[in-house]
Amino acid sequence: MTLSVSDVKRIADLAYIEINDNEAKETLNQLSGIFDLIGTMQAVDTSTVEPMSHAQSVVQRLREDEVTEADQHGLYQSIAPQVEANLYLVPQVIE
Amino acid sequence: MQWEIVIGLEVHAQLSTQSKIFSGASTAYGAPPNTQACVIDLALPGVLPVLNKGAVERAIKFGLSVGAKINSPSIFARKNYFYPDLPKGYQISQFELPVVQGGNIQIQADGEEKNIRLTRAHLEEDAGKSLHEDFHGMSGIDLNRAGTPLLEIVSEPDIRSSAEAVVYAKTLHALVRWIGICDGNMQEGSFRCDANVSVRPHGTEKLGTRCEIKNLNSFRFLEKAIDYEARRQIEILEDGGTIRQETRLYDASKDETRTMRTKEDANDYRYFPDPDLLPLEISANWIDQVQSALPELPQARRDRYMSEFALSAYDTSVLTSSRETADYFESTIKQLPAQAKLCANWIMGEISGQLNKEGLEITACPITPSQLATLLERISDGTISGKAAKTVFESMWNGELEKNVDAIIAAKGLKQISDDSAIEKLVEQVLTANEQQVADYRNGKEKAFNSLVGQIMKATQGKANPAQVNTILKKKLEG
Repeated sequence: MTLSVSDVKRIADLAYIEINDNEAKETLNQLSGIFDLIGTMQAVDTSTVEPMSHAQSVVQRLREDEVTEADQHGLYQSIAPQVEANLYLVPQVIE
Repeated sequence: MQWEIVIGLEVHAQLSTQSKIFSGASTAYGAPPNTQACVIDLALPGVLPVLNKGAVERAIKFGLSVGAKINSPSIFARKNYFYPDLPKGYQISQFELPVVQGGNIQIQADGEEKNIRLTRAHLEEDAGKSLHEDFHGMSGIDLNRAGTPLLEIVSEPDIRSSAEAVVYAKTLHALVRWIGICDGNMQEGSFRCDANVSVRPHGTEKLGTRCEIKNLNSFRFLEKAIDYEARRQIEILEDGGTIRQETRLYDASKDETRTMRTKEDANDYRYFPDPDLLPLEISANWIDQVQSALPELPQARRDRYMSEFALSAYDTSVLTSSRETADYFESTIKQLPAQAKLCANWIMGEISGQLNKEGLEITACPITPSQLATLLERISDGTISGKAAKTVFESMWNGELEKNVDAIIAAKGLKQISDDSAIEKLVEQVLTANEQQVADYRNGKEKAFNSLVGQIMKATQGKANPAQVNTILKKKLEG
């Protein structure tokens, strides 16, 4: 699979990443290198290997369904840039 | 051209756990903003999610109740997107290997049983809430809801009309409440639907391009949004246009759907397995435990009511619309096993009508199953007529005479006259007083018979047993 600069810009746009033309060219080179690597890996025969979902063979521990957290919003909100009526304020997200 | 509508639903059911899916913060609804958002929900640096056993257990419960495969291992994935009410910048969800794979839901559509296949059901966390009211040009963020456990239940495109979609959603809604994994409160957003809608010419196989309608939080909106969307797509196609795959929003005030985003603008969510969470193993032993604690399911009860009590498919589906209603029916029938149809009629008629009128759930019904059964016993043993029973019912509902059926019957003088000799005497009196009508009847005027019955009922203030009156009167007239 070969990528173009416009593909890179489009992917960046969808991922909300701002890049300029030079960065797009540089990223194109890096991504193409990654694709080559993927190509190399895909050439390996894995038909007899079971898929792995985590690097370690340990399983998830579960916690009991209990409320263990007390309300500490005052403490948490003391480091927030702007708070009003218990709400965290952020730049407006819709018009 | 004849068009066929093809619908698949995605339902988000909020799981009824005490604490969040990855943190120990409370999930209680309606708390002041951010009082139930802890460091994990806020995504402060260095915190790690720890999975809630109760959420997994509810997902297993659901999977078993729809005959699905429970995946083990099951994997959690990050779904990446940017929005201020999602502090981590990703939602923990499942992509490959969801907890629940496949399964089936049986619905009653147009008096027929129909099977809707499920694709999957996966666990995920809810996002917070953004408030766009006037905060000096800023948005307010409440993260109480962030991290609330959701089960997203995805159906195959097996639904063929908006009415069917509503039946499916209602069946699913009843099921999640029945097995106790979700409170089903739609006003509070505990049960929300997205509908994937496409149309194709009748008789063709290939699916049309679909549009997804987001966040339908009532059955009525679900129906109207699908109707509007199908009409919109058919009009475009009939005018020679093409459908663009997109996400749409339903505007209830205008009864229309409108574009939210097109496929071209869709976020690339860059799903990948969450390295903070290890594979979830669900042991056969755990599945067995959940299975043995499952209540008898609605479908099984429907089948049992049909075979055991000879009730119709319609009656049984109404009676099993909620576990509480079914339990009420069973408690009533226990006292009156030979009168299943009578019990069913009264629960679906008087009881449910009165509950609807007063906006009550059956759990708050002022008449207990045993009180209802006593009342119905008095109908079936001929003590009172069905009409008089309604009067007694009303008195009981209003709490008169401690809801004692016999005391109310006595106080209101509603006891039916069922004594043959007493009725015979009455009939004779009425016949003597209405010689003309007797003659009319004997001359072939059938109508005269009803008039005589009316006279007898009037003389007893409606208390004579109508069946007996009919038999005795006929005998006297023809004898």
